[in-house]
Amino acid sequence: MKKLPTNLLIGGILVFVVLFTAALSLIWTPHDHALMNISEKFHQPNNIYLLGTDQLGRDILSQLMAASRNSMAVALIAVLLGGSIGTLLGLLASTIGGWIEELVMRFADIGFAFPALLFAIMLAAVFGPSLTNAILAIAFINIPIFARIARASANQIWNLDFVTASKAAGMGRVTITFSHILPNILAPIIVQATIEFAVAILAEAALSYLGLGAQPPAPSWGRMLSEAQTLLYLAPQLAIYPGLCIVVAVLGFGLLGDGLRDITDPRLSRIRQ
Amino acid sequence: MAYFLLRRTIGFVLTLLTVSVVVFAVMNVLPGDPALTILGLEASDDAINALRVKLGLNEPVFTRYINWVLNALNGDFGESHSFGVPVSGLILERISMTVSLAVFGMLLTIVIALSLGVGAAANHRKFGDWGVMFFSQLGIAVPAFWLSILLVILFAVKLRWLPPGGFPGWGDPLLAIKSLILPTIALALVQSAVLARVTRSSALEVMRLDYIRTAKASGFSRKRILWRHVLPNALVPIVTIVGMQFAAVVTGTIVIENVFYLPGLGRLIFQSIANRDLPTVQALVMMFAVIVVTANFIVDLLYSVIDPRLRERN
Repeated sequence: MKKLPTNLLIGGILVFVVLFTAALSLIWTPHDHALMNISEKFHQPNNIYLLGTDQLGRDILSQLMAASRNSMAVALIAVLLGGSIGTLLGLLASTIGGWIEELVMRFADIGFAFPALLFAIMLAAVFGPSLTNAILAIAFINIPIFARIARASANQIWNLDFVTASKAAGMGRVTITFSHILPNILAPIIVQATIEFAVAILAEAALSYLGLGAQPPAPSWGRMLSEAQTLLYLAPQLAIYPGLCIVVAVLGFGLLGDGLRDITDPRLSRIRQ
Repeated sequence: MAYFLLRRTIGFVLTLLTVSVVVFAVMNVLPGDPALTILGLEASDDAINALRVKLGLNEPVFTRYINWVLNALNGDFGESHSFGVPVSGLILERISMTVSLAVFGMLLTIVIALSLGVGAAANHRKFGDWGVMFFSQLGIAVPAFWLSILLVILFAVKLRWLPPGGFPGWGDPLLAIKSLILPTIALALVQSAVLARVTRSSALEVMRLDYIRTAKASGFSRKRILWRHVLPNALVPIVTIVGMQFAAVVTGTIVIENVFYLPGLGRLIFQSIANRDLPTVQALVMMFAVIVVTANFIVDLLYSVIDPRLRERN
């Protein structure tokens, strides 16, 4: 057996830690993450509050744990939503071809003109800021990314001999798409989804920091940072932990994605940007 | 070449048009009546109707879209609901902040990335190389707004060298520059992480070529070979990424301005969201989208100028 790539190993460990913490927070946190106790405010780390407390006496560690689960949920929903729509569009383009393919790809180009931030800004201006709008904005920017990857990978598979054989055997293009094309493009799609998961965590944190994502009292790393920023002279330590959590999560999924790409298809690393 | 240019330019214009349709559609799907929002529930029917006529709300949607585009092309973005002045005036007052931040940020990004990238390539598989690769991997995972907060904690709260935010205006140039130092660094460090990596791998590829071996054999100094022979020939992919990053830096200013309370366009967008000032948000989102699309277009052209093979693509 070949040695596992370092990025895959480190990424896998970090992702496991983050996912484990998120799952654990569903059944147990050291304290109630939302419980305010003003008399216990601004504690330094101690035996009762392992990472101390914030300006309202809430336990930092419990908040970080609860926020990790929200962050994972947002990234999962956004990437699943945008990823499946994008993949289906890419498959549609590749299956039908012709002007439909051209149309889908031109729309993908236009999708690239909107960074998630701009889209979230529009949604927030019209419907008011909310976590749902943040998820929709992140999902939206994933559509063109997956549409391109799915179409490019599918077009490669269409040229392979076994697909030609299926055509000769009289299988319809739609049947071939779902029985032969889709299973064979899953590897690059999963790799991309892992990388986009990291991007989504970063985007959610930024949007929540700017007030366009998670609204109080929902715990969020980004929002904890924006609250901490008003207290930098009093309690700078509050601005350290949430940022570290973001870095660990993003780094973990990013490395895992890179590692998966390296072992599934070395050629992809050149196609991707 | 002419055919290629024509094709790309038509594509560029079509993309801009579609982007404007998307922005207009998203910003105008709200079922409520903007006139009612501005005047409040107590307003008389006559007043509301007068405002609707003034804002052109009684026109069909298509006419309103066409008017918006035609007026925008003439520099008229309508009137801000919350400030009560033309949006173009608001933009003109604040654009210098955003442009200086973007330009300084981009320049610093290039300086940091080229030095680190070339340095790493020169020390391939040595400690310096690993250091740069580690920095680059980390830089991709660190959110710019958190890096900003860390810089504020270090340089404003602990060391008290620089202000934690705000902008005193250009009346006192020294103070003004001082308050732009941290935002620029925060903007550039994260972006340079990506660019440093591209510079490194591009420089490594060039260093494998024969003429570099010849240059070494001719006895040129290492420094001269790196900066005069390797870097210029490694620039092709670097230029492309710089173009793409320009778009990222411009949208990055939206975040950074809000972290450091700088009075630029990014701060204006968020004030307008809070005030439900839709015409202003619409104009600003469109402006930023145009910048992103234009940057992509220029990259596309540059790419094909540098590498003629790409013109045959598609």
